[in-house]
Amino acid sequence: MSQSQSAIDQQVSQPYKYGWSTDIESELAPVGLNEDIIRLISEKKKEPEWMLEWRLKAYRHWLEMREPNWANITYPPIDYQAIHYYAAPKQTKALESLDEVDPKLLETFEKLGIPLQEQKRLTGVAVDAVFDSVSVATTFKEELKKYGVIFLPISEAIQEHPDLVKRYLGAVVPPTDNFFAALNSAVFTDGSFVYVPKGVKCPLELSTYFRINALATGQFERTLIIADDDSYVSYMEGCSAPMRDENQLHAAVVELVAHDNAQIKYSTIQNWYPGDEDGRGGIYNFVTKRGRCMGASSKISWTQVETGSAITWKYPSCILEGDNSIGEFYSVAVTNNHQQADTGTKMIHIGKNTRSTIVSKGISAGRSQNTYRGQVKIMKAAENARNYSQCDSMLIGDQCGAHTFPYIDVRNSSAIMEHEATTSKVGEDQIFYCKQRGLSEEDAVSLVVNGFCKEVFRELPMEFAVEATRLLSVSLEGSVG
Amino acid sequence: MLEVKNLHSGVEGVEILKGVDLTVKPGEVHAIMGPNGSGKSTFAQVLAGHPAYEVTGGSVTFEGKDLVEMDADERARAGIFLAFQYPVAIRGITNAYFLQSALNAVRKDQGLEELDTLDFAELLEKKLEMIGWDDSLIHRAVNDGFSGGEKKRNEILQLAVLEPKLAILDETDSGLDIDAVKEVAAAVNRFRSEDRAFIVVTHYERILNYFTPDHVHVLAGGKVVMSGDMKLALELEAKGYDWIAGEAAAVAG
Repeated sequence: MSQSQSAIDQQVSQPYKYGWSTDIESELAPVGLNEDIIRLISEKKKEPEWMLEWRLKAYRHWLEMREPNWANITYPPIDYQAIHYYAAPKQTKALESLDEVDPKLLETFEKLGIPLQEQKRLTGVAVDAVFDSVSVATTFKEELKKYGVIFLPISEAIQEHPDLVKRYLGAVVPPTDNFFAALNSAVFTDGSFVYVPKGVKCPLELSTYFRINALATGQFERTLIIADDDSYVSYMEGCSAPMRDENQLHAAVVELVAHDNAQIKYSTIQNWYPGDEDGRGGIYNFVTKRGRCMGASSKISWTQVETGSAITWKYPSCILEGDNSIGEFYSVAVTNNHQQADTGTKMIHIGKNTRSTIVSKGISAGRSQNTYRGQVKIMKAAENARNYSQCDSMLIGDQCGAHTFPYIDVRNSSAIMEHEATTSKVGEDQIFYCKQRGLSEEDAVSLVVNGFCKEVFRELPMEFAVEATRLLSVSLEGSVG
Repeated sequence: MLEVKNLHSGVEGVEILKGVDLTVKPGEVHAIMGPNGSGKSTFAQVLAGHPAYEVTGGSVTFEGKDLVEMDADERARAGIFLAFQYPVAIRGITNAYFLQSALNAVRKDQGLEELDTLDFAELLEKKLEMIGWDDSLIHRAVNDGFSGGEKKRNEILQLAVLEPKLAILDETDSGLDIDAVKEVAAAVNRFRSEDRAFIVVTHYERILNYFTPDHVHVLAGGKVVMSGDMKLALELEAKGYDWIAGEAAAVAG
C-alpha cells in the first residue's frame, strides 16, 4: 500500500503524464486518402502484390460504406481527407540491430516506461514498440523463436510468413465488417503478429506499446494473434499520445484465433490522450477487436482498462464456435471531463456447451457519458450455452451519465442466461467514512473506485494491475469536491 | 484536550445544536445521553467534521487547534476517531487493506515510517489478541455484508488499530443484544488510558454499566441541560427522558 499510495500522491499533480511529444524528423505521406496513398503505404512496407490487392479491395468497399451513427456518442464530422495515413520516423538505411535505432526513439519509449535496450528490458515481457506507423523494435524475438513462437511486426510477418498471414488476416474481422474495419484494412501500417505453435505455452508475456507522435496523423494498427492447438499466450497492449488541440483518429483491428484447447488472454490499458478539461483535443478511438474460438474447448479472455481517448467505440467480442469453448470480457471504462465511451462486448454462442462471462464496470465523472453496449447471442445449435453478465456503473458528481444497453438474443431454449446490473454513486458518506479514518479525499475516492473495479483488476497481469490502479486515480483527479 | 464553547450547528439552514458546551480532559470518559432528536449524533458528526453540517457559532478546539477550520481527514490524523452509528460499506477493499491505508496515513502525518504489509499483519494480530477476537472480519470487504453486530465490532477494531487520542462512540450499543454490548464494552475498556479520552453517545445507560463514565451529560433541544456522574445515568434510566423536559424548559427559560 505505502508504495502504491505514494505513487498516487506523485501522480495527482500531473493529469496526463504522456502528453509530451518527441521532436523527430518524420517521413509523412501526403495528406488525404486515395488509391495512390494505399499503393504508397504498400510500397513503403515492401508488400507482395496480393496484400496490395487486399487493401485496395477493402478501400473500394469502404468508399461505399457510411460511418455508423448508432453509438451513444457525438462528435463533429471527421474529415478523412485531412489525415496523414503514413508517418514514420526518418531512417536512412535498414536497421541491423537495436543499436542502430535512433536514440530519440529509444529515449521516447524509456520515458514511457518501456525500455527496449537489452540490459534494461522488462523481465518476462517481450515488447513490440510501435511509433506512429512503424514498429521501432521488437524485443526477445530470438528467444521466442526457440519455442517456435513468432512475434513480429505485422509488416515483417507479411514478408516472412505470407502463408500464415494470408490464411488468417481478415478471417475474424473481414475487411467488409464495418466502416472503421474497412478503413483499417485499406491503410493499416503496423501492429503485431503472433503465432504460437501446437502445444506451446508461450514463456513470456507478449506486449505491444503504441505511441502516436506526429501531428495530424491517424494510427491504424492491425494485430493478429493465432494460438494453435493446446497452446497458451498472454498478450498486453498499451498506448499513449501527446496532448494536441486537434482530435486524432485511431482505428485499429485486432483479430484472435484460438484452435482446439488453446487459450488467449488479451489485456489492454488504453490511455490515449483524452482531451483537456473543456473537451478540446483527444483521440477518437474506433476499434474492432474480435476473437474466434474455432477449436473445441478453446478460450479467449479480454480484459480492458479504458481511461483515455475523447471518444471510445470498442466492443471486444468472442465467437464461440468450438464445442465447450469459453469467452470472457472484463472491462473497466473510466470517463471524466468531456470524454465519451460506448464500449462493451459481443458473445456469439455457436458450439455446444459454450460459456461466456461479462463483467463491465463503468465509472463516470465530470460531464462525461459512459455507455455499456453488449450483445449475447445464442444460436440454434448452441445446446446448453451459458452466459453470465454483470454491468455495474458508478457515478461521481451529478453532471455525468451512465447508460446500459444489453441485447440478448436466444434461439435455443436450453440456454441459461444471468444478468445483473447496478448503478451506484460515490456517496458523500463513503468518502466521509474514509476521511474520518485519516485518508485524504483523493485517496478515499481512489480506494472506493478501486474496490469497485477489483473483479476486473484481478484478471490483469501483475505489471498491468499496478499501472491500472495508478491510472485510475490520475483519470479521476479533481472529479470530487 | 477538547474544548467546546457555545457550539451552534445545523444542516441546510436548520439549527440542531443551539449552544453546546463541553470540556474533556485526557483520560476522561464522558457520556452524552439524551432523547431521540436531541442532537446527540449531530454533535458526534460535527466533532468529526461531516461536511453536511455547518458550524454557525461558537468554537471547538482540540489540543489548542481550531477544529472548525480542519477538514475531516486532518481531524482524524490529529487523533479524533468516530465509531459510526451506521458504518459504511466499501466493496472490493479488504478490512486489512483499509486499516493499513488508514494507519499509514496517520503515521505519515506524524512523521513515522509507514508499515509494510507484513509489519501491519503483525500489529493487527497483536490488537486482535488484545481484544480477544479472531481474524474473521479482516479479510472481508469493509462492512460489506456485515451483520449489525459485526459492523459495530469492526468499528472497535479500527479504534484499536488507530489508537486515537479522542474516541467518540456514536450509539455503538444500538442494535446490539446485551452479550454483544458487554463484549464491545470490554474491548473498548482495554484502550482506556490516562492520555486517551472517550465521548460515549448513547440513548440507554446499559453500555455505561460496562464502561463507566466519569461524567454524564444530558443533551436536549440542542443544549447540555444537565451534567453529573453515573448516578445521573441511572436516574435517567429509572425516570425516563420526560423528566428532563421540565428541567430543559427551566434552563431555556
